Amino acid sequence: MPNLNDILIMLPEFYLVVAACLLLLLDAFMKSTERPMLHWISIAVLLVGIYLVIAGQPAQTVTAFGGMFVRDRVAEILKVFALLTTAIVFVYARPYLIDRKLVNGEFYTLMIFAVIGIMLLVSAGSLVTVYLGLELLSLSSYALVALNRDARLPSEAAIKYFVLGALASGMLLYGMSMVYGASGMGGTPTLDLAQLHHVTSYTTAPKLLLFGLIFMIVGIGFKLGAAPFHMWIPDVYQGAPTPVTAFIASGSKLAAFGMAYRLLDAGMGDLAHQWQLMLAVLAVLSLAIGNLVAIVQTNLKRLLAYSTISHMGYLLLGLSAASPEGYAAAMFYAICYALMSVAAFGVILALARSGFECEEISDLKGLNQKSPWLAFLMMLAMFSLAGVPPLVGFWAKVLVLESAIHANMLWLSLVGVVFAIIGLYYYLHVVKVVYFDKPAEGSVLAAKPDGSLRIVLSLNALALLALGLFWGPLLGWCRSAFGL
Amino acid sequence: MITLSHYIVLGAILFCIAVAGLFINRKNVIVLLMSIELMLLAVNTNFVAFSRFLGDVSGQVFVFFILTVAAAEAAIGLAILVLLFRNRSTINISDIDSMKG
Repeated sequence: MPNLNDILIMLPEFYLVVAACLLLLLDAFMKSTERPMLHWISIAVLLVGIYLVIAGQPAQTVTAFGGMFVRDRVAEILKVFALLTTAIVFVYARPYLIDRKLVNGEFYTLMIFAVIGIMLLVSAGSLVTVYLGLELLSLSSYALVALNRDARLPSEAAIKYFVLGALASGMLLYGMSMVYGASGMGGTPTLDLAQLHHVTSYTTAPKLLLFGLIFMIVGIGFKLGAAPFHMWIPDVYQGAPTPVTAFIASGSKLAAFGMAYRLLDAGMGDLAHQWQLMLAVLAVLSLAIGNLVAIVQTNLKRLLAYSTISHMGYLLLGLSAASPEGYAAAMFYAICYALMSVAAFGVILALARSGFECEEISDLKGLNQKSPWLAFLMMLAMFSLAGVPPLVGFWAKVLVLESAIHANMLWLSLVGVVFAIIGLYYYLHVVKVVYFDKPAEGSVLAAKPDGSLRIVLSLNALALLALGLFWGPLLGWCRSAFGL
Repeated sequence: MITLSHYIVLGAILFCIAVAGLFINRKNVIVLLMSIELMLLAVNTNFVAFSRFLGDVSGQVFVFFILTVAAAEAAIGLAILVLLFRNRSTINISDIDSMKG
């Protein structure tokens, strides 16, 4: 039976649910002139959440509700960074939302519910928790994409996201049902990931198990946005309001890594030799499609979408090593990617104003003359995404490539290196436009005077440089989660 | 005698119809929503069959969760659909193509 101890283990999640409900109530009773207050309250809510996650972290792995919920180091790190990037997105979102008259309770509450989904997902100890966490995240994200109700593109992006996301959930569930069935052939059927780990040793239906595994990998591929399941990414990135895109590109990717790790390692770890190659194929396809198609993009958000696909290829490189070292490298990659992409979208948000989304690459022409500091921050974000030393994106790439080599997949890391060089082209193209192109006639480019955005954006982008110089502590933290 | 495999085949057929409905359908977004529901019901059939024949109740508990989430999902899907219709006066799939590339 659930007792007080179970609730204490899940305290950060319970706290956020209560806080999100209170925010909703507060929004309903607030005068419209007081609405901007919600912004600061929700940032405070997330920061307290980070404190609760870190302060309440038990020394060993503990489980609650009969193994449904696992609280370990992996979950702790992913939760801290999911909460942190979401708080950063809130700061970046404020001027954008004010310009478009979208400052209301829905945005903040839905974002917090999405974060609760991420937290459940990365702490999942059972197939039920994986599914519920995933749906909480996805359903909130569908609604967030359609937040700007009167524009054409968001509703189109939302319907595409919804249909493909639901298809992915269906595939994942179908795989789960097969795995559940296979676990019952020759033993007790179970939905618990820790018990599913041993299914291969006794099951009389190994084909059913493998069948289920393949469907689950399709589901994971969809959520990561790995090719060939990437169709939704470009349209959603382009169509969604930019703050929501920033969230989908950062927090959601941490969640997708957590989900892949829970399902594949905790659940299906015994079948690693089977799924390693499947992930390697997904990785190669993502690297190829992401990097090659990004070259022809003219829309900055779409370019970052294809860059996401290629980055998910690198993340899969680490996962496909199927070793603690590989997982640590992949987690480090996911965290760095979340920080890099949120910085890149932060620059776009700092330049957007009402009636001007600043989402075409040509919109950035002559940014260096208008605002040298923002141009510098954009350069840091782009170089980090491209993997130029000494920025953190470089070390993240080195680590996943190294773990692939250690897993005897030299060919895979060679593919990774080749596509990293190809990818350099389109990131440098953006930097060239920012620094060397003349501003277009009648360019409305100017930095926003919003103080908190500028400070947080500067810290965010400089963190990429700082982490690139002193990557040891963060990497050590990631490695300690996997017992290294 | 109806055995477990009959139910699993039924589940597989329903699932295939649903996926085909998603990919072949070129007309109407509402048909997509129906296909998604059908897909989740195919999964439910699987879970209930396994649960009943293997003598374990947890699969049926999972089905309750899936049913609840499916209801929420349908609500959000329909809400987005209303939004789409309001902005474009059409729910024809071939008209939803302003983003490409």
